[in-house]
Amino acid sequence: MSQLTRRVWDIHGGIHPAENKTQSSGQAIVAAAMPQQLVFPLSQHIGAPAKAIVAVGEHVLKGQMIAAAHGFVSAPVHASSSGRVLAIEQRLVPHPSGISAPAIVIETDGLDQWTELQPVTDYQSLEPAALLDVIRQAGIAGMGGAGFPAAVKLATGEQYSIDTLIINGTECEPYITADDRLMRERAEQIIGGCNILRHLVQPSGDTLIGIEDNKPEAIAALRAAALDSAIEVVAFPTKYPSGGEKQLIQILTGREVPSGGLPAQVGVVCQNIGTAAAIYQAVYEGRPLISRITTITGAACREPRNLEVLLGTPVNGLLQQCGFEADRCSRLVMGGPMMGFTLADGTVPVVKTTNCILAASADEMPDPDPAQACIRCGLCEQACPASLLPQQLYWFSRGKEYDKLEAHNIADCIECGACAYVCPSTIPLVQYYRASKAGIKQHREDAINAEHAKARFEARQVRIEQQEAEKVAKREARKAAAEARAAGGDGKADAVQAAIERAKSKKAAPDAAQLAIEKALSKRASEPEANTDEDSLRKTLASTEARLDKARTKLQQAEAEGADHIDALRLGVEKTEQKLLAAKKALDQFADTTVQPTAPSAGNAAADAIARALAKRESSATLSEGEKRAKAVSALQVRIEKARNKLALAQRDGLETATILAETLVKLEAKLEQANIALQETS
Amino acid sequence: MIDFIQQTPFLAALGALLLLGLPFGALLGFAAIRFKTEGDPIADQIESLLPQTQCGQCSFPGCRPYAEAIANGEAINKCPPGGEDTIQALADLLDVEVLPLDAEHGEEAIKTVAYIREDECIGCTKCIQACPVDAILGAAKQMHTVIKSECTGCDLCVEPCPVDCIDMLELPTTLQNWSWNLPDANIIASDRQAAPEVGA
Repeated sequence: MSQLTRRVWDIHGGIHPAENKTQSSGQAIVAAAMPQQLVFPLSQHIGAPAKAIVAVGEHVLKGQMIAAAHGFVSAPVHASSSGRVLAIEQRLVPHPSGISAPAIVIETDGLDQWTELQPVTDYQSLEPAALLDVIRQAGIAGMGGAGFPAAVKLATGEQYSIDTLIINGTECEPYITADDRLMRERAEQIIGGCNILRHLVQPSGDTLIGIEDNKPEAIAALRAAALDSAIEVVAFPTKYPSGGEKQLIQILTGREVPSGGLPAQVGVVCQNIGTAAAIYQAVYEGRPLISRITTITGAACREPRNLEVLLGTPVNGLLQQCGFEADRCSRLVMGGPMMGFTLADGTVPVVKTTNCILAASADEMPDPDPAQACIRCGLCEQACPASLLPQQLYWFSRGKEYDKLEAHNIADCIECGACAYVCPSTIPLVQYYRASKAGIKQHREDAINAEHAKARFEARQVRIEQQEAEKVAKREARKAAAEARAAGGDGKADAVQAAIERAKSKKAAPDAAQLAIEKALSKRASEPEANTDEDSLRKTLASTEARLDKARTKLQQAEAEGADHIDALRLGVEKTEQKLLAAKKALDQFADTTVQPTAPSAGNAAADAIARALAKRESSATLSEGEKRAKAVSALQVRIEKARNKLALAQRDGLETATILAETLVKLEAKLEQANIALQETS
Repeated sequence: MIDFIQQTPFLAALGALLLLGLPFGALLGFAAIRFKTEGDPIADQIESLLPQTQCGQCSFPGCRPYAEAIANGEAINKCPPGGEDTIQALADLLDVEVLPLDAEHGEEAIKTVAYIREDECIGCTKCIQACPVDAILGAAKQMHTVIKSECTGCDLCVEPCPVDCIDMLELPTTLQNWSWNLPDANIIASDRQAAPEVGA
């Protein structure tokens, strides 16, 4: 017998409260009476509430899904009898808060008519995923008390390699005997469910059913049923809370589930006895989870026993069936005396996790004594099955020091109540831890919300700033455009620039030719815009007159000195005279018509002058001495010719300039002589 | 050189210190520029403790300005949405005395969310402009509504509403958000009984 040799481990702490199981464990399970109304809360499990898929007034059959799973961690709800949907409304639900929550209310028709069931004939040929879906659709949630959807829990095993499958038949809490009776009476179903689980999880090692040694009949029944299978039934000493998942894993395998981790991380998947039986029914019979075994016990019940209860049955009816004496009952508790919660009244329904209804008398469960000051005895530390420091957690809870609570692993507290049970000061320690856990959760959510609000606020600020900046930019653009229109072109600016240029060039001019070039250039630059109105025309006229005066004095000087650029100067004077005439004409025209006169000739003349001056400069720079002299000679000959013509004209017209011209001619002839001599010298 | 040091040890020491001071000063100056901390880390830490309601009840335009003001010596008890917990956390961070909440800036209240009575909304968009976290949806002459999950309960939208169609509602307690309260601090058995009336 291997079960005798199998080693079991011990857990830290734990207590031995009065068991009080014999009151109800002796009687066989009987079916509970059919109530007139069934109430199905949409949230019967850990995770997201299910979503109603029936309408008010609709007729439903027994086993028909009335609410579908909504989200991954969720489970559907099925009607536990046939009838009509009376309402979908807020109803008092079994919850420590005593608040109402959405529920589907069904009025039973008494026919208990089944919907068509689809059993799985050969589950071993099914893919694990398909089998998981059968379990999911059957709405099976952990029947031990926490109510975690079974399919979700089984699916976590896929990511880890599982070597041990553990079926939890511990039922360590006082008073409760539902699993005990189930094991005694339906051992075959449990073993069948275990085999299905084995097929799903495929553990490489053992499959163990852990049962406390205070249930010898159950152990015997399961061992008998498991004889031919690979399933091993392990008995271990009774101690509360051995039935905690992590505690049971430690007892049976010696492995500790890491803080905040999953059993799968140490290669273990754990399911409850009741869950195994429900899986058996779902697979072999196609029955969804619509009923469960619930212990009705307590001193206020004359006939405490286990009932097979249709889910949704109000607690009142069950109590009546067990000889409830309302006047003896001081507290109605759902769940066990250690981890259960007080019910506000008896109208709440039985849900998937309801393993016990305890109608306790005042002697049985007296009101707790008022809490006294902690005397730091340390008994709580010795009782804690999770190896925490309950006293430290208590102080931190009172001070709301959430970071320190987290550092002391308050999340690993299973709220078993062992610490509060041993506390000589009767401090409600578990309530402190529950409040602190909620506070930590709230704190975390607040931090996330604050971060979110901050992000949204900042995004809004950025958007507003951008909009403002865009507005300013548009305004600036409009302003600039308006200014540009008001200025009506940049002529003045250019004229000023030209004047500056002129002044600069005057200063910098190395010689007269350069000066002329610069002047002409600047004039040209200013010309097109400068003569657009009367003022500029007058300016042009004045400047032309001034230039003419200058040119004349220069010419006289040059003539007096006999400079060799005299002819150029003379030409310039002539041109300037022409320009002056043109300017005068333009001004007259402008005065007559006020039509904008143009003087392209002036521009052209200036351009010609530039070209000529440039050409002259270039030629004078490149020519040799002899060539220069030859050129000078030819130029003088041309000029003499011209002067003779002019003299002839002047004499014919009887002008007073004739004498000057005659003198000039003489001078030119003398120059020609000189030039000829020079040319002969060089050649 | 050695003679100078022997004859005027005081001046020599002074000179040596000066010589040492120059490179180290330069090093410090370089480090101050090279490893300059951007922003105000104290204000950042303070801001992370504030509830980010952006309600302006502290008389600053948002949580960031108040955080900066606290960093510059402003009192820590001007944030009603944060309440005692925030004051405690700020006091711990800044190592200052815990002050009671300044009632001038409002009282600590249960968290609420804005709710627009949509039948009465005229679609003026004034609440949308007032909302600091863009939690109100709507357009001109269209009915507005509050995105409940985004609302921080700052109630800045209530005042601008010309038809007073915005209510601040407490969030209903559901199975999902209900939580245990801390036990009453009963120390001795007589705490449970009401105090006897005087003269009775």
